[in-house]
Amino acid sequence: MTNPTNIRSKLLIAAAISVFLVGCKSTPIKDGAEVEDKSASASSADSSDVKGAVIDGSAANSNVNELNDPNSILSKRNIYFDYNSDTIRAEFRPNVEAHAKYLNAHTATKMTLQGNADERGAREYNLSLAQRRAVAVKKALNILGVSDSQIETVSYGEENANPNCASEDCYQQDRRVEIVYPNE
Amino acid sequence: MHTIRLVVLTFFSLFTFTSHAALDIEITGGSAQQIPIAVVPFGNSTSLKQDMADIINADLRRSGLFRLLDTRGMPNKPTNATQVRHAEWAALQAQAVVVGNVTSIAGGKLKASFQLVDVLKQRTLADVDFQLKPKHARMTAHRIADVIYEKLTGKPGAFASRIAYVTKKGSRHYLYVADADGYNPQALVNSIEPVISPSWSPDGTKMAYVSFEKKKPIVFVHTLTTGKRKIVANYKGNNSAPSWSPDGRKLAIVLTYGANSQIYTINANGGGLKRITKSRGIDTEPVFSPDGKWIYFSSDRGGSPQIYKTSVNGGGASRVTFQGNYNVSPHFSKDGKLLSYIRNDGGSFKVAVKDMTTGQVQLLSQGRQDESPSFAPNGSMILYATKKGARGSLAAVSFDGKVRQSLKEARGDVREPAWGPMLK
Repeated sequence: MTNPTNIRSKLLIAAAISVFLVGCKSTPIKDGAEVEDKSASASSADSSDVKGAVIDGSAANSNVNELNDPNSILSKRNIYFDYNSDTIRAEFRPNVEAHAKYLNAHTATKMTLQGNADERGAREYNLSLAQRRAVAVKKALNILGVSDSQIETVSYGEENANPNCASEDCYQQDRRVEIVYPNE
Repeated sequence: MHTIRLVVLTFFSLFTFTSHAALDIEITGGSAQQIPIAVVPFGNSTSLKQDMADIINADLRRSGLFRLLDTRGMPNKPTNATQVRHAEWAALQAQAVVVGNVTSIAGGKLKASFQLVDVLKQRTLADVDFQLKPKHARMTAHRIADVIYEKLTGKPGAFASRIAYVTKKGSRHYLYVADADGYNPQALVNSIEPVISPSWSPDGTKMAYVSFEKKKPIVFVHTLTTGKRKIVANYKGNNSAPSWSPDGRKLAIVLTYGANSQIYTINANGGGLKRITKSRGIDTEPVFSPDGKWIYFSSDRGGSPQIYKTSVNGGGASRVTFQGNYNVSPHFSKDGKLLSYIRNDGGSFKVAVKDMTTGQVQLLSQGRQDESPSFAPNGSMILYATKKGARGSLAAVSFDGKVRQSLKEARGDVREPAWGPMLK
């Protein structure tokens, strides 16, 4: 784990090294910070806290089978949406209900809802649209009794979209909310 | 658990010394009336990697406003205005001739002198000396091209400026800054997670952008000369779409606490958060009007996404776009006279430009998925992202649609261009 002081000092080193190497004071940009997240999982902690939350790995692991059993509806993690829409289609209600039931039975378990959009249209607008989709699923879970503290929403907009899409069938795959449990 | 590792790139400084172009710029359409001009090889320039005349030549050609005449067969190669035999150049049908000379001076520096000669009037239109370090030869040539462009077209040039863009190569995302001709690309960010929405500070010293390096969108301000990165917005939910105020003191940003993105302003060094829009829809992509009084943004508050404007002090918003059911990504020319944006035109996303005086709208681009329009600092061209097959690339079109450029990178998926201000 790298603490913030370390990050700052590394950046200072980066700046110092680049000044040394480049040795000039005009237009060149004297730093390219390489950013690499080495964490094993997507944390649900508030990301202003670099130390993050400790995830109970053993509790999550004990549930892996139930959540990943291909015969269980809980393994169906994608909820798909219509173009420019955040309405949960009726065919995905059983899916949402199953995850609500699971979370209500495992109140220590947290989940992340990752919103996604297809690549058409403005990147920032799609970031907002995908967030609204994630929140739509969250609200549906709330109505079914799941606590806010168990659900984190995050939007990836069109950043995970398939760049090879040229058909509606393909775009449909990108307009989704993914349900992700810890250590997945 | 987050363990963010910032790895120092020991090789990044190599970018400083590369003088190849990452982006290969081709003219795919030109103005009907091009000014015929001859740029003669500069004298004593053999000490430089490249003749400054070649760089000036390429700049002027790329603008689409000039017809560059071949000087190779000319009997005389003048290097200053007094050596120009006007009749010879008139016979070549040149309207203007550019001559120059580079000499070494004290302190390892160079002196580049150039003159622009009007062949028909037999008059010197410009006569400028530059003192420079040899490594700044390319940028000096761009400055000379800017002087020529302004003298002959009556409008300022934009060759001595830089652009930013995002390239995805494999699983990595790079935010590059390069000269406006695609040379000297330097990676500002190299990340395993997405980087989007670069926005230049008005003085060109800083870049605001959104990085997902902490597994969610957060707004950073990166000082180009020092490499210092500062998180300016990391609130609960999404932090995105930064855009500078004309005085460089504030950023308009978008925060999404719950379902709907809303627009805020924040001090450029963080703090001073102020909510600007209050709607039940998505409000995003804010940009300040160049007079600093308005914030233009896209919103689906009325159903389909359209562009609206509101006072920088908040309050009610009024709709700006009316044609079409999808108008997003507003971006102003620096003088505020033109507003470019993206319109969905029957399933194709195209660059539109609105004349703010007459209200007239013109569709300028021809792609199916054109995005992220950005004006050159002189308002002459609009740079945007386009797509052919699975790969993104950049393109530019003149404000009147007559000149077209294609900017291609050898590999990688290029997107999110932003044209910076003129270099000081």
